[in-house]
Amino acid sequence: MRSDGKQSAPFALKAAAGLGLAFMHLPIALIFVYAFTTEDKSYQWPPPGFTLKWLEVTWNRPDVWDALKLSLQVATISTVIAMVLGTLCAAAVSRTKFFGRETISLLVILPIALPGIITGIALRSAFSIADIPFSIWTIILGHATFCVVVVYNNAVARFRRTSGSLVEASMDLGANSFQTFRHVILPNIGTALLAGGMLAFALSFDEVIVTTFTAGQQSTLPIWMLEELVRPRQRPVTNVVAMVVVLVTVLPILAAYYLTRDGDQVAGSGK
Amino acid sequence: MTTAVSFSRVSRHFGAVRAVDDVDLSIAEGEFFAMLGPSGSGKTTCLRLIAGFEQPTSGHIEIFGTKVENVPPYRRNVNTVFQDYALFPHMNIIDNVAYGLMIQGMGKAERHKAANEALELVALPGYGDRRPGQLSGGQRQRVALARALVNKPRVLLLDEPLGALDLKLREQMQDELKTLQRKLGITFVFVTHDQGEALSMADRVAVFNDGKIQQVGSPQDIYQRPQSRFVADFVGSSNVLEPDFVKQLTGKATYASLRPEAIRFVQSDGHAATVTGSSYLGGTTRVGLALGDMRINALIAADQVVPQNGAAVQISWQESELHLMEDAQ
Amino acid sequence: MTAASPVTEPAQGTAILPGQGGWTGSLSDRFWRNPKLLLILMLTPPVLWLGIIYLGSLFALLAQSFFSIDEFSGMVQYELTLKTYGELFRPANLDIIIRTVSMAAIVTVAAACVAFPIAYFAARYARGKWKALFYIGVMLPLWSSYLVKVYAWKLILAKEGILTWIFAKLHLTWLLEAWLAIPIIGGYSLSVSYTGTFLVFLYVWLPFMVLPVQAALERVPGSYIEASGDLGATPGQTFRHVIFPLALPGIVAGSIFTFSLTLGDYIIPQIVGSSRLFIGQAVYAQQGTAGNIPLAAAFTVVPIVIMGFYLWGAKRMGAFDAI
Repeated sequence: MRSDGKQSAPFALKAAAGLGLAFMHLPIALIFVYAFTTEDKSYQWPPPGFTLKWLEVTWNRPDVWDALKLSLQVATISTVIAMVLGTLCAAAVSRTKFFGRETISLLVILPIALPGIITGIALRSAFSIADIPFSIWTIILGHATFCVVVVYNNAVARFRRTSGSLVEASMDLGANSFQTFRHVILPNIGTALLAGGMLAFALSFDEVIVTTFTAGQQSTLPIWMLEELVRPRQRPVTNVVAMVVVLVTVLPILAAYYLTRDGDQVAGSGK
Repeated sequence: MTTAVSFSRVSRHFGAVRAVDDVDLSIAEGEFFAMLGPSGSGKTTCLRLIAGFEQPTSGHIEIFGTKVENVPPYRRNVNTVFQDYALFPHMNIIDNVAYGLMIQGMGKAERHKAANEALELVALPGYGDRRPGQLSGGQRQRVALARALVNKPRVLLLDEPLGALDLKLREQMQDELKTLQRKLGITFVFVTHDQGEALSMADRVAVFNDGKIQQVGSPQDIYQRPQSRFVADFVGSSNVLEPDFVKQLTGKATYASLRPEAIRFVQSDGHAATVTGSSYLGGTTRVGLALGDMRINALIAADQVVPQNGAAVQISWQESELHLMEDAQ
Repeated sequence: MTAASPVTEPAQGTAILPGQGGWTGSLSDRFWRNPKLLLILMLTPPVLWLGIIYLGSLFALLAQSFFSIDEFSGMVQYELTLKTYGELFRPANLDIIIRTVSMAAIVTVAAACVAFPIAYFAARYARGKWKALFYIGVMLPLWSSYLVKVYAWKLILAKEGILTWIFAKLHLTWLLEAWLAIPIIGGYSLSVSYTGTFLVFLYVWLPFMVLPVQAALERVPGSYIEASGDLGATPGQTFRHVIFPLALPGIVAGSIFTFSLTLGDYIIPQIVGSSRLFIGQAVYAQQGTAGNIPLAAAFTVVPIVIMGFYLWGAKRMGAFDAI
């Protein structure tokens, strides 16, 4: 324990930190207020009144349901693919030293380090060159590509923390590679993988920049929202959808945090 | 006597680094064998070669007469106590100890019974439900030992097993390990950089330096008759006397070793030396001396009078204590 | 061998156990004999996926930047030329590039200023529950929906929205109007001004700055600050000579994200801001309505090159250890 732990912070620092946090959270809180406003033509503040009507209206909208369904499908499949590829990559990079290790790390991080629009337009032009028609799979192709890094970051951090001698100890005690994987490696990296998977899910569920290029005429929930943002037609429904999206993404993020809180940080900076 | 482990001309290179360089070695069954050397001397790599975590670049390793070039670690009836113990953090103690038996396919009740016995053997009965994180360093070390022994290995490898323990616990564990080895009759191969530990526990000691074995022998051999300056220096901090000086005494121009406790202070007929300092060590006092242009140490009993710093003294030793070494330069 | 007999009995089993048989056993033996085999098996799927799908598409795109478009027919001419890159230097396009890079730079500096107190407080003073709360407090906005965050700001900045209301309640409407009257950064309302664009960028990328700075500050032992004070430094001097230099790699790491993300974004300036284009919007417009893929590709090279230099510089400053 550091000795400065008991010391309290100067007031100015406390205030600046508090204001900073408030700046990060109040706008999201505002979404929850607007979901219940009675005003349906403008963004008037304060809301003239509150109603639950828009929840029901949204519930009965098939286009919202279709978009939600597509988003969930895409996020699930992309997450599974990203978990397999990210884990394999992390295992290879952290267990062995080999020529080109740095290159592999760079390759994994690149889709997230370069602006999303580049990934999006590159994929779109490749689809058009290769004559691939837009489908759910073209969306998944893009999503899985940038989700790999999230799983990879989580898995690499855990592999680094898992002592290399555990694998040797297992083999020493008579377990072959497969038994070692099942009884030692998997239980030790399991929570990190799960956390990585949840973050990948949240990332995919929310993605819009790459998706606009790979979706064609299909509409995921973020694409549906983007259209509403550019050309507002049904503000109250958008307000409710925004609230639902916040709830759907917050849960896996909190779960991921609780899975990895002992020790390694959720590799959030890899988003 | 059966040979448990033998190396013939074994080398292990990592790129340009010769971690183990042309080593010949033979360890007898039931022996308590220590590999002693500074870090990077190749002793740990030798241990890993026996366990199967490394494969030799050239040469052959035999375990109980079988060549093991193509035998992976999980098929060698050899178990290891790791330096960091490598207890599985996601299992409790009983499952850790029973791991090898579980892999062999033994039923749960049976393997837990065997694991409990092993825990009793290392004086940790009733600790089965705890997690590795809840145990002290010394307890974890015992669990690692039990986890290895429960498989009844023909050879037990110990990689600096006492390195992480404090002094008092170390001494206690040294005695216990030795007793356990006598009781079980298993061949123990023990890696350490602590010469005191090697000398007090082992039947035989191999001193490593630069990937090569410098000397193999009983602790007495190694300590009293070091064959090279390195061994003399590393084991027991013997004084090394220069060839010029040794030639005056014996007629042979070689290096010679002289143990500090063999030096006596005399009134006359000794070698003239000057006291350069002294440190009180409890049971003894170490006196630094300048003998010609050599710096040597003498150990005297604490109740003797310690000569003043800078005093001119005469020192002497029995001729048999002076040990000529093989490497001339 | 059986291990059912008591542990204390001397071991008499064979020194070498037979192979376990089955395909897992023999495959495992092969992995041990040839560790590279396992490595290749593990690396092949991800490398193929990323190599073919991602790098393949990227290179195909970059290759197209060396083609040009026929001005009359609107068809792409498949001849290697630097003509398209020349078009980037037209005043209109150069304007877009300068506007985007300036915005990215201002957002990055502002994010560093706002993020530092949060990160510093979280790293030095928050303990136990508070620390976890701070961490979640940064993680949640980071991971919550990008579009929702942008949408929230559309609500906030709207002419009839909460910000105007707050200014009115504080009797500061004159201040807001004076601000909006300033050329370039002002406009009809906040939601169609550069000020609005800047605020949304700052908001959306702020968590990306907080986390690396906090990580860097966590690694500064409290004793350094005590030592500095002990040696007679004022808090200001301690900050300048001890804390700031040690936090710098974290700030640089965070700036990679804020800078790169601002460079490539095309949705925020489309929803909140004036009608003047940013690089992302230009790319989007060129590949979409204009159908000028070569120019769109050439535009994407701009952020790639800028980020290349940026990353190279950041690496030299040791920023990657802080990510």
